[in-house]
Amino acid sequence: MHTDKKRAEDLTVVENRKINKDYYVLKLGAKNDLPQILPGHFVELLVEDTRNAFLRRPISIYDVQSECNSFELLIQIVGEGTRLMSNLQSGDTINVMYPLGNGFTTKTNAKNVLLVGGGVGVAPLLYLAKQLNEKGIRPNILLGGRAADNIIEIDNFSKYGEVFISTEDGSVGEKGFVTQHSVLNKEIDKIYTCGPDLMMRAVADIAFKQNIDCEVSLENMMACGIGACLCCVTDTKEGHKCVCTDGPVFNTKELKWNLA
Amino acid sequence: MDMDLNTRIKIGALDLKNPVMTASGTFGYGPEFEDFIDINRLGGIVVKGTTLHHREGNPYPRMAETPSGMLNAVGLQNKGVDVFCNEIYPNIKHYDTNILVNVSGSTVEEYIATAERINELEHIPGIELNISCPNVKEGGMAFGTSCPSAVAVTHAVREVYKKTMVVKLSPNVTNIAEIAKAVQDVGADGVSLINTLLGIAVNAETRKPLLSTITGGLSGPAVKPVALRMVWQVSKAVNIPIIGMGGIMNATDAIEFMLAGASAIQVGTANFIDPTVTMKIVDGIEDYMRRHGVSDVNDLIGAMIED
Repeated sequence: MHTDKKRAEDLTVVENRKINKDYYVLKLGAKNDLPQILPGHFVELLVEDTRNAFLRRPISIYDVQSECNSFELLIQIVGEGTRLMSNLQSGDTINVMYPLGNGFTTKTNAKNVLLVGGGVGVAPLLYLAKQLNEKGIRPNILLGGRAADNIIEIDNFSKYGEVFISTEDGSVGEKGFVTQHSVLNKEIDKIYTCGPDLMMRAVADIAFKQNIDCEVSLENMMACGIGACLCCVTDTKEGHKCVCTDGPVFNTKELKWNLA
Repeated sequence: MDMDLNTRIKIGALDLKNPVMTASGTFGYGPEFEDFIDINRLGGIVVKGTTLHHREGNPYPRMAETPSGMLNAVGLQNKGVDVFCNEIYPNIKHYDTNILVNVSGSTVEEYIATAERINELEHIPGIELNISCPNVKEGGMAFGTSCPSAVAVTHAVREVYKKTMVVKLSPNVTNIAEIAKAVQDVGADGVSLINTLLGIAVNAETRKPLLSTITGGLSGPAVKPVALRMVWQVSKAVNIPIIGMGGIMNATDAIEFMLAGASAIQVGTANFIDPTVTMKIVDGIEDYMRRHGVSDVNDLIGAMIED
């Protein structure tokens, strides 16, 4: 598969849209045409002027507007890096390495596709849903979180599929974990999931038991983002592989997750 | 008025077009950075630590961010010397730069066997003997923390390896100058320092260490003053070239290492922050030379004014 060269360049903040106190969407614009961006690709953002966010921040690509040379990142404030970036204003610049990683497989014969996102892990699923729509697939989209505050961007996801919701406290949607949601009783040929590690493992377990093909997007701690440092490895049936270059998307069949 | 600049540096039989190299374990084998920089503009690259046999490395998590630095415990993950020679080397041998292989092992015999294989590769003009990896249970740093063991492995590899051999030293010792002198005396063509400093990171909330191995190696600007001090101390003790490293983020840092006594420098952790940083350092050293009227980069080596 041909992929465009990776870049490290200053991009302009087109918009910084606050969703709520924990989440924001950063829209970044390039001067020139964007390289080809696949659903599941991520970027590494350089946070300036702090010794506590020394390394770049890996963030999934949420949406792409190729016609405007811009793309969006859905970010949750979890530490100093993501907090400092939440203060970025339109017109500011930020250095970005992109596009990184392998991306989801959108070439599929599956008809009944389910996307499962937990918390900020929903991020790469929007652009995936959009791309699936272009291939004539309208997926079911299950968004999960602890409480209503963690269920974000429902209207955006609704454009590309039917949205289902679960919260642990039952404040919105069905009460419980995503793995307990009734949408899982429907016919499913393919699952794509991204979210907390335990959630993805539970989803992968259900997929395995029902013999459903399942792709997961992992979020390991990483440094370089380009396969040089070997810090972000995950255990696969072929040994350690870099989440940044061999992933972040893996078919669960490749992983040593002891599904049973 | 444009000055004629000489940026070439010699280390053993190596002729570097400039003093800027990349540090082992931070630059892969080179192709990882091809989208971002012209590798041929570098003085040299030191490829990932290579051992006789395949190594899976340590379990995840093997990296933790710390103030102005990072800890790693990768543990020499590599596919072994045969895969390097047969599958990786053919893809990088065309680089117009000095490619050094960082050689490591658990026993002296493994170091010897690996170095012998590398010795056969026409386009690899040197090795960096890694006696300082802090992240492996056997070998690695154990060889580099005492004079007798450092001498034993350096001497043994010198017997079989005929090209340029640089020995990479551990900072986790009481007297690094003594070890530098000892490896010089058994035939090292140069020394490179510092490898990472042994450290720990803990999460106070969970009370758990951040690395699977508990300890890891600290790198980044946090270690720079320690590295500079050690380069300076070693420069007083040896007369072979020193390759200095430890937290170099820009050309100014690189110049500081040369002033402290380094003939060349390696850029490590900074490659993770900015994959183009080495090119900026190559250009920045030339800018510095012009600004200071220094026509030969060799004149910067050990040129710190001590009065």
